[in-house]
Formats: sequence, structure tokens, C-alpha cells
Amino acid sequence: MKAMSELTASQKFHAFANPARFMALSDKLLPPLGLLAAVCLAAGVYLSLFVSPPDYQQGETVRIMYVHVPSAWLAMFGYMVMAGASATGLIFRHPLSDVCAKAAAPAGAAFTFLALVTGALWGEPMWGTWWVWDARLTSMLILFFLYLGYMALWATIEEPARAGRAAAVLALVGSINVPIIHYSVEWWNTLHQPASVFRIGGPSIAGPMLAPLLVMATGFTLFFIVVLLVRMRAEILRRRVRVLRLARAEG
Amino acid sequence: MVRAFMALIRRDTGLAVRVGGGGGMAVFFFLVVVTVVPLGIGPNLKLLGQIAPGMLWVALLLSALLTLDRLFQADFEDGSLDLLMMGGLPLELAVAAKALSHWLTTGLPLVIAAPLLALLLNLDAAAFPPLITAMLAGTPALSFLGAVGAALTVSVRRGGLLASLLVLPFYIPVLIFGVGAASAAGMVGGDPGTAAAHQSLLLLGAVTLASLVVGPVAGAAALRANLR
Repeated sequence: MKAMSELTASQKFHAFANPARFMALSDKLLPPLGLLAAVCLAAGVYLSLFVSPPDYQQGETVRIMYVHVPSAWLAMFGYMVMAGASATGLIFRHPLSDVCAKAAAPAGAAFTFLALVTGALWGEPMWGTWWVWDARLTSMLILFFLYLGYMALWATIEEPARAGRAAAVLALVGSINVPIIHYSVEWWNTLHQPASVFRIGGPSIAGPMLAPLLVMATGFTLFFIVVLLVRMRAEILRRRVRVLRLARAEG
Repeated sequence: MVRAFMALIRRDTGLAVRVGGGGGMAVFFFLVVVTVVPLGIGPNLKLLGQIAPGMLWVALLLSALLTLDRLFQADFEDGSLDLLMMGGLPLELAVAAKALSHWLTTGLPLVIAAPLLALLLNLDAAAFPPLITAMLAGTPALSFLGAVGAALTVSVRRGGLLASLLVLPFYIPVLIFGVGAASAAGMVGGDPGTAAAHQSLLLLGAVTLASLVVGPVAGAAALRANLR
């Protein structure tokens, strides 16, 4: 096996397809990434709860934003990771693509659920209602259903390769929902407020609030990547066990 | 290729009509759901009239969902699907032909039954034409998007419920725009035929047109994924 530095870019792409190499690489990456995620999250929590100022209208309840907004961002990011991995798997037949997509789904679903719940907890004091059927909330709920359907499809088809391809098609068809979610507050009259960070003209949110928000978002993203890598490793090991079991059953 | 396409449509509609079950059962289920609604929420005619467009669309959606596993299951079980995949007609067109015959044998009967059932729910007389137009515009989307779900679960035994769960998020835009087109902007008790209803009808048409492409392409990809 040539050393990584001697390979061309396309050869490197395929070199990382080797699960054993992925296991070795993730083994080295996980401890520093995990530490960085923990530090970022701790810093983010401290900044959100103690350093950032209360809102002039909402008072202290604005601090839910520091959990709600990064969760929502990660919910969409998780689906984009899933859709990207699915596309790579279908187009380039990269062997680890469906492993990545399968691993990303429960994490993304959990972040979607967290966004919905923290949004409800925030909506009650702010809007006076736990839920409203406006475009943003409805499309996020649909995202949650898409995640659940995706995980259900994986769980139902037994052979991993076939399940991976079918689930990839589903993820790609559902990816239309992500831009709909993002632009829902522009295209429809919604109770949910319009975009304050990712908008033309730059963030409209105050600096002392933007910084903790970005730190929390970075922490959440690193946490997602750590969870993704751990789940990918578990899935690779699960498949090895399955192959061994089948081989033993065949005698 | 056109002859093969028409032959497949003729085969599938013939099977659906003769073997039976698909369209007839869907209409029967439509009737049952529409009957159960007033039993659940009370016989207040004014209230029923207000929710009629929405309830009719929901019942239509559920009835269409029930018949989805008939799209590919029978052909998968007896091997005709393998022959279709190996045959001269591109798989995307084969899926389109199957979805089209599903619409002809299930969607159209449901649309024909809808005005009769709307009487049970005291739908406003002026709302009948917009409702039928909206359903005619929206039911092809139900068949074509449903083909994706049916194709994804074709190799799963008793995968009907899973197909319904997978397809329901994609049906939601059809539902939202369909109800909006049948009543003014989806507002309860509103006046049909306004600009908002017109917008909803146009968007519904857009969803259907998109599904005419997405359905066969994604359905064919799903079939190849499941049958290779």
C-alpha cells in the first residue's frame, strides 16, 4: 500500500473508502474532536447563560435562542450531510457513503426534535401558544417526518447495500424540503420571525448575542461530527459482525 | 416505444379493472372516512360545511395512500417487474405508465366520487367547481409521488404502511395547495374563486408537473436499488 502522500487526489478519495483506513483515521481524530466539542459547548453555555445580555423585550427567556437556533441549524445541516452522502453513494458508489448517511440520520432527527421542543418552550412565553401551523414550524415538522421515514426504511430492509441505495433515493427526493424550510419565513406570512443571521445584508442580531450563538453553533456542529464518526464506526463494526454471522451460518 | 408505453397502460388499467379491488375499495374507503367525520365531530351542518374542503382532501389522501402497494407488489411477486426492467421500455417510462394507470383507475374514481360525498358534508354549492378542478389537478401528483414510496418498499413484505409513511411528507404540499384551491386560501368558511385560491391552484399544478418528472425518475432509481 502506498503512503497517502504519494497518491493522487482521486486515489485518495478512493483510499478513504477503505473502512479499515477510516477506522484508523477516526480513531486518531475522535479524542481531540471530542475535547474540542466539550470545550466549545462549555464555553457556549457559559457565554449564553451568564455573559450575554437579556433581551430588551423578552428578558431572560431569550436565552432559549442559544439552544433553539443551533439545534435548528444542525437539523438542516444533518439532512444536508445525509443528502450529500446519499448523492455521493449513488453517483460515485463510495462504499462509506451509505454508512455516513445512516449514521447522520438519528443525530439529525434528535436535533430536529430538540428544535421543535425548545421552539415550543420559547413560543409559550413569547407568542402565547405552544404551537402554530405556520410555514416554518410545519416544514420543520415535515423534516422530522422525513428523518423518521428514512430511519424506518433502513430498519425495514435487511440487506445493508440494498437498504443504503433505497434510502439514498428517499433522502434525495426529500432534500427539496431544506430550502423550503429556510425560505419559508420569506415566502409566507409566518408567526416565526424572519432570518436574523443568514440573510442578505448580514446578521441583524446584536454583537453580544451573536458571539455566544456562534460559539454554541460551533459546539453543536463539533458534537454532531463526533456523534457521526462514532456511529459510523459502530455501523462498520455491525456490518462486520453480520458478515461473520452469515459466514458461520453457512458453515 | 410509444406502443410499449400504451400497451403497459392498457395492461395495468385492464388488470386493475378486471381483478378489481383498487379503485372500488379506494372509493369505498373514501365514503367510510367521510361518513365517520360527522359521527365524530357532530352533525352541525354549518361546521361541516366549513371543514368540508379540508376533510374531503384528507380523506382523498388517505384513500390514495391505501392503494399504493398495488402499484408494484403484484408484478414484483410474479417476476413481471424483472421483465419490465430488462425490457425495451426505459424503466422511468414504465413507472410513469404504471402511475398513470393508477391515476386512471384510482384517482379519477375518487374525484368522481368527491362531489357526491361533498353533499354529505354540506359543502357550499359555489365550492363544487373549484373542488373538482383542484382534485383533478392534484390527484396525478398523488399517484406519481406515491409511485416513489411504492417503489422504495417493493421488496418489503407487508410494506404498505411504510410506503404510506414515506410518501405522506411529500403529499403535504399537495394537501395544502389543494385545500387552498378548493376554498379561499385555505381559510375556513371563505369564498372560493378568489385570487388566493387561484394562486393555490397554480401552485398545485406546479407540484403535479414536478411530480410527473420526479416520480418516475425517483421511482425507477428506487426499483433499481431494490431489485439489483
